[in-house]
Formats: sequence, C-alpha cells, structure tokens
Amino acid sequence: MATETHDHAHDHRPPPDEDGPLTYYQTMEIAVRELLIEKEVFGADDVRAAIETMDARSPARGAEVVAHAWTDPAFKEALMADGSAACASMGIELGPLRLIAVENTETVHNVIVCTLCSCYPRNLLGIPPDWYKAKAYRARVVREPRAVLREFGTEIPGDVAVRVHDSTADMRYIVVPRRPAGTEGWERERLAALVTRDCMIGVTVPKTP
Amino acid sequence: MAARFAVGDRVAVRRAFPLGHIRTPYYARGAVGDVERICGAFGNPEELAFGRRDGPKQTLYRVRFAQTVLWPDYDGPPGDTIDIELYEHWLEPATE
Repeated sequence: MATETHDHAHDHRPPPDEDGPLTYYQTMEIAVRELLIEKEVFGADDVRAAIETMDARSPARGAEVVAHAWTDPAFKEALMADGSAACASMGIELGPLRLIAVENTETVHNVIVCTLCSCYPRNLLGIPPDWYKAKAYRARVVREPRAVLREFGTEIPGDVAVRVHDSTADMRYIVVPRRPAGTEGWERERLAALVTRDCMIGVTVPKTP
Repeated sequence: MAARFAVGDRVAVRRAFPLGHIRTPYYARGAVGDVERICGAFGNPEELAFGRRDGPKQTLYRVRFAQTVLWPDYDGPPGDTIDIELYEHWLEPATE
C-alpha cells in the first residue's frame, strides 16, 4: 500500500508449510493406491479424474432441486415421497444412496448431522464443510441444536420445532427450506441463487437480497 | 422380508454395548421413540464391516425421539425431536 510507512518490526518470511510427516492412514492410502496402479487395476489418471469429478460437485445442484420444488408442486410431492427418484428425473443420479428430503414449514425447522462420521449428500452438495465433520458440531447439534443454530446466526422461535436428523446409516438428507417471501414470480434460476449449502444442511435459511 | 415394526409403533433401542462397527449412537441406547418411516432393507453394517456380504438384510427404520427423552436437561421446547436411522435388530417393542 502506498500509504504504508513500513517501519514496523516484523520479518516477511512466509508462514510455515503445513506438511508434517504422513499419518498412518495417509501412508496406507498411498501404498494401496500405488499397488492398484502397479497391478493396472486403474491408472493414475483415473484417480485424478475421480478426484476432479468429486470436486466438481457443488451445492448448485442441490439448489436446483430446491428451486424446482418451490416452483413445481408435483415435483415437490415426488421429491418428498422419494428423493432419489425425483433427482433422477432431473438427471441427477445419486448412486446407491437414498435421499430423504425434509421440508421446513411454519412449524418445523430441520437440521442435518451425522454424529457417527460425516455422511453427507455429496452428489447434491459437493464436499462437506470442515465444521460439518468436526466433533464439536456433531456432538453439539444433537444435544443443543438451538444454541448451535444461534452461533450460525439462526434464531428459531420457540413455537417452531427443531427437528434434527442423524444420518447414521443408508439415508442421506437435504433440507428443503421455506421459499422466502417477496420472491413470487421469480425464475427458477434466480430462486436457486438464494439456496446456499448451509440452507440445505439446515443451519441457516434463505434470505432475500 | 417383512418389517417387524410399523410406522407409529413405539420402540425401545436396545441398551447394549457390543464391540465392532456399530451404527447405533450411544446417546440413543435405551431410549424410547416412535417409528417415523421404514427405509427398506439394507446390508447389516456390523457384518459388512468385516467383509461378510452374504448375511440377511436388515430392515432400517427412522425412529423419532423427543429431545427431552434423550437429554433430561434439554434446553428447548418439548416439541423438539431427533430422527435416527436404526436397524431392526437394535429395536424392541417399548414396554412403557
């Protein structure tokens, strides 16, 4: 910055790298991967491509599903009855996981967690945020969901039930938030932009700009 | 295979503490709730974890618990709930 006098006493060394020694499981992953490549089960490019595909998934897919549900009552009914089939009808294949859509209403607010590990609808929402996998979120959101939601800036009134969904087995979940007031007549694409990742986990709600 | 419990049935989670790959959260063991839905039949993860893939499938349920049942000092309205996925062999008819 031009106005900076730069007479302060700090050095300009870059922050230290974060690459410590490999952990047990990191070493195991590398060993297994290299063996599989050596045995020509797959190639290094297949591994790279698989990671690229996983990283390419984003919450935009989930937002499309929600916006569709907001604008098409028949689709919403189908989504609530069978989440996986409804997504497939939009060309979004969820693989072996079974999707359960849970709907926020005037009287119910839903929030998703996996207390056992970090089960997450990656096909719809992409890579989970770090906090979703953290023990603090997993332990606390089942125990004191309202306090956790408050820390996310989300105050749920006392006359709205908070319904936590613990994703412990073969189901995956997406929250269908309430469509914000003042969005009547909006195009689906414009609506989808309101539906963030955190809205579909249930730690916040869509806001009109 | 026929599901042992129906939607709306009161069920109790077994208060058991076996070793292995268990998908029943500790905080739900011994708790009583209501079957919210039947999710279908799935491989038993306690067997799959050891590579045993040929065992019988287990009916999976979603059971709804009142927060005040799970946490006696729960700080929130009595209508707050948790839905948990539980395999049939972890459930018993509730006696209470």
